Amino acid sequence: MDILDIIGSALKAGLRPETAYISLAAIGLNIHFGYTGLLNFGQAGFMAVGAYGLAIPVFAFEASLWVGLACGITASVIFALLLGYPTLRLRADYLAIVTIAAAEIFRFIVRATGLREITGGSNGINGFSSGFYEANPYTSSVGFELGFLDFNYTAREAWVMTVGWGIVLTGIAFTYFAINSPWGRVLKSVREDEDAVRSLGKNAYSFKMQSLVIGGVFGAIGGMILALAQGSVQPSPVDLGPTRTFLAYAALIIGGTGKLWGPVAGSFIFISLLSFTDTFIRSAQAEGWIDESFIAPNEVGIARFVILGIALMLLMTFRPQGIFGSKREMALDV
Amino acid sequence: MPKLAKNCIAGLALILVLVLSFPIAVLAQSEQAITGTLRVEINEERTPVAGVDISVVQGGEEVGVETTAEDGTFAVTVPGDGAYSVTLNTDSLPEGVTLQADATETLEVRVESGNNKAVIYRLVSGDQGETSAFSDQAGKVARLVSNGVRFGLIMAMCSIGLSLIFGTTQLVNFAHGELVTFGAVMALVLDNGTIPFLVAAALALALAAGFGAANDLVIWRPLRKRGTGLISMMVISIGLSILIRFVILWQVGGDRQAYSKYRIQEGIEIGPLSLTPRDLIAMAISIVVLVAVAYMINKTKFGKAMRAVADNRDLAESSGINVQQVILYVWVLGGLLAGLGGILLGLDQQVRWNMGFDLLLLIFAAVTLGGLGTAYGALVGSLVVGIFIELSTLVVAPELKSVGALMILIIILLVRPQGILGRAERVG
Amino acid sequence: MSRSEAPAEIESKPGATKPDPILKVSGLVRQFGGLKAVDVEHLEIERNKITALIGPNGAGKTTFFNLITGFDQPNAGEWTYNGHPMKALGPHQMAKQGMVRTFQLTKSLSKLTVIENMKLGAANQVGESLGKALLPFTWKKQEAEIERRADALLDRFNMSHMRSEFAASLSGGQRKLLEMARALMAEPEIVMLDEPMAGVNPALTQELLGHVKELREEGRTIVFVEHDMDVVRDISDWVVVMAQGQIIAEGTHAEIGANQEVIDAYLGRHHDEEMSSDKAQESGTESFSQSEPDENSGLEKESNDE
Ligand SMILES: Nc1ncnc2c1ncn2[C@@H]1O[C@H](COP(=O)(O)OP(=O)(O)O)[C@@H](O)[C@H]1O
Ligand SMILES: [Mg+2]
Repeated sequence: MDILDIIGSALKAGLRPETAYISLAAIGLNIHFGYTGLLNFGQAGFMAVGAYGLAIPVFAFEASLWVGLACGITASVIFALLLGYPTLRLRADYLAIVTIAAAEIFRFIVRATGLREITGGSNGINGFSSGFYEANPYTSSVGFELGFLDFNYTAREAWVMTVGWGIVLTGIAFTYFAINSPWGRVLKSVREDEDAVRSLGKNAYSFKMQSLVIGGVFGAIGGMILALAQGSVQPSPVDLGPTRTFLAYAALIIGGTGKLWGPVAGSFIFISLLSFTDTFIRSAQAEGWIDESFIAPNEVGIARFVILGIALMLLMTFRPQGIFGSKREMALDV
Repeated sequence: MPKLAKNCIAGLALILVLVLSFPIAVLAQSEQAITGTLRVEINEERTPVAGVDISVVQGGEEVGVETTAEDGTFAVTVPGDGAYSVTLNTDSLPEGVTLQADATETLEVRVESGNNKAVIYRLVSGDQGETSAFSDQAGKVARLVSNGVRFGLIMAMCSIGLSLIFGTTQLVNFAHGELVTFGAVMALVLDNGTIPFLVAAALALALAAGFGAANDLVIWRPLRKRGTGLISMMVISIGLSILIRFVILWQVGGDRQAYSKYRIQEGIEIGPLSLTPRDLIAMAISIVVLVAVAYMINKTKFGKAMRAVADNRDLAESSGINVQQVILYVWVLGGLLAGLGGILLGLDQQVRWNMGFDLLLLIFAAVTLGGLGTAYGALVGSLVVGIFIELSTLVVAPELKSVGALMILIIILLVRPQGILGRAERVG
Repeated sequence: MSRSEAPAEIESKPGATKPDPILKVSGLVRQFGGLKAVDVEHLEIERNKITALIGPNGAGKTTFFNLITGFDQPNAGEWTYNGHPMKALGPHQMAKQGMVRTFQLTKSLSKLTVIENMKLGAANQVGESLGKALLPFTWKKQEAEIERRADALLDRFNMSHMRSEFAASLSGGQRKLLEMARALMAEPEIVMLDEPMAGVNPALTQELLGHVKELREEGRTIVFVEHDMDVVRDISDWVVVMAQGQIIAEGTHAEIGANQEVIDAYLGRHHDEEMSSDKAQESGTESFSQSEPDENSGLEKESNDE
């Protein structure tokens, strides 16, 4: 095997649509957790609401993708309001439990057989994305090669990447302006101490709600990009279940919570790392270095979750401030 | 940083222990198959159907034929990814069992990305048309309540540990579901025919208790010493949960598996209820264990020490209680109870790599309902959630039954944030 | 200073009516289990005066503050602020109306700088609505004005040199100062300070007392909890004494010093029969018996704000 090739393909994967939608989910979590201190463990639920919001109108009601877009965003706002109403007055751990539960409730419901006509039941929805790909300006593959680096993407991928990364950049710009304003100052203060904020006449509850809604909308848009990239939405635990949320958390923590570029940098690094391990194990198997009785071919996919688990544990223990974080921040991170 | 290195090594050691706990490759499967379990509902009991022929055809060529085993399972090995058609030979169905009216005997399936593909045939028993003596609403409710109590008792064992750990350390342990899976899977691995199941289960419980202790000693105690914050710990517990869960998947595979014994049992009729001896024993064990735990918490020195730590850690420490040791014992107890819950759940619903994680949200619902940190709360909450889940099937589809429980979790938080039995928090 | 003399017409007894009360509390009760942490029959706070609230540890002073500023809910009771009933309002609404408090355990925003902490305090900020926040030109001018005011206050509190430090790096005493200064950014009509001097170095205390008096000159009303009797004597116009949740005395400093019931309360001879002895212990009333009317007794207690 050629380690440079593996590195090359990992870096290539790091720019793929998956990184873009994880970045969007993580940008949302950054607003929730990084700036406001809200522990939303149901970001996958917001992604699912966005993805289904986009797909259902097209699939069940033959509406245009624009209608789907509007529905997805509206639905995610409503989802945030419903979630926030009972929980934003409660302790952080309750919010965490309720958000993860609500995300699963949504997934169970769309999976239900009774809703097959609308949500596709456990098969999910396919074939809603044709409108999106018809608008694809690229006709052939796009990219370049540079030594061992091969950044060529199919026309289809390139189109999702253009849109996805475009929205990511918009999201970063939004975060920049919002956080460096008095509004952002209140958000950060809520993270530090809600009671202090209240004692100064600011409605902490309202700010938390705004944060939950905005971060949730970013998650929903991420879910839409996921749906478009895959050309399908599926209510599977891997796609839209809790592990998806924690993948986004891992990315955020790697890049640094409460840092503008944290979500994007972290997503790129983490997705590249996962891709690297995946390819590495597969080539090691091809070379016969890893016995099939140790890791069977159909078990390679498990590796990324094992790494996810380990990464979350090690990061939170040793580098909660992210891999770029400074000592000074570490000292503050009591 | 030698301390860092030490912690890393400790962490790796835990993973290693975890991996080595499994007789590697005994259970790992490397072949793809089309699998399924044939069951038919008789007296509300899902009874396996054995001796039915299932054939698999690809492109007009027969790939394989299998007959369902005693437990109703079958697995037809297939050469790889692709489209197959699966046919159930209706002639081989036992007397009185037929395919559900709207179901077809041939199913078209795709086997993908190296995974097994499960197919489902819905069977009905011929005497379903007859109104059985207890098919009236009251009988149905009684059956659901009894199922709910059974499930609630199992869940209580899983919940109490979570609640006690929260009570003594304030940790919301998202990896608690994996303690449940661990117990169930260890019993499965040890239950390989050479030793009686009960011995296997007892050994598994010992391992589960040890696993609880290992959790505390390797991860949580060092983190407490470091002064890691509660939110960080919560995220770490999520990482741990994912890690353990997928290592288990890697080792035992993704299928449901049953213990060798107690697979099929005749129901005993008690009034409108039909309970298998297995169910009755499970309930009896749960009740005995729960009573013992209650006694321990209320009467023993350990119980008092534990309550003191939960009440006020500093005060307990200064009055001479070895807080770290109490916490360790709580973890042992938690691991033991969760492991037992896992084994009983495995008897009830078979063993699966993510059984504990699937249960986790219901455990949270139960514990929140009863009030985080109290053992009685966990018990009451579990029973309420268990019964509620079952009763909710009167109005919603069974596949949505846990949705209702999670909804009440949210509603409870709305009206009584501290749970039914919990105390109000200190403000300011 | 003539103002520090109590107006002659006010009676020195618990629940006395005042000529121009800004705050009127009646029947306020807060129970924690079997313990009545606050049980105030009637209390009026006179406008534009400095009122000291004293009492042994566990007397219910902080809980009383929590209740009237909306951070905790009473089991019973009413209170009005400028004649408006307040019970139904949330803490931020009360603060918006001009009633701002500080906390005994400081609540500084650790990962914000001192100046950011200060700027947060300002009320009615345009840029705090999300729509406007994204359009910096709508709030930049106000922000500059707020920053100027914040710097002036920091200067007054001798904290200018800490301007760009993270609040986390401040000492306990400095945090107290920051919190007080931040509260003033909100331009409150009434300021409620919970042990503002605890942990502040003695040299600075004198200055702070000066600032508090200035606040009165600016027309504000001040209520503060303090254990140091010298401080109380120095600046308070009126002293209210709490013990076991109740107001046991009111009056000028001199009258309070001569009040036998107050001395009893501090020495722990006053004992509430309803309270079982172990409950009293739990609630911290035990420390009554050890705490003397000593001026320093407040300094070492409960400065565990880290
Ligand atoms: N949230 C709470 N839960 C239970 N007891 C409380 C709570 N807050 C205060 N107390 C009790 O109420 C009494 C009054 O406390 P506090 O108002 O803090 O007194 P002070 O500020 O005068 O020292 C004390 O006995 C204290 O233990
Ligand atoms: Mg106090």
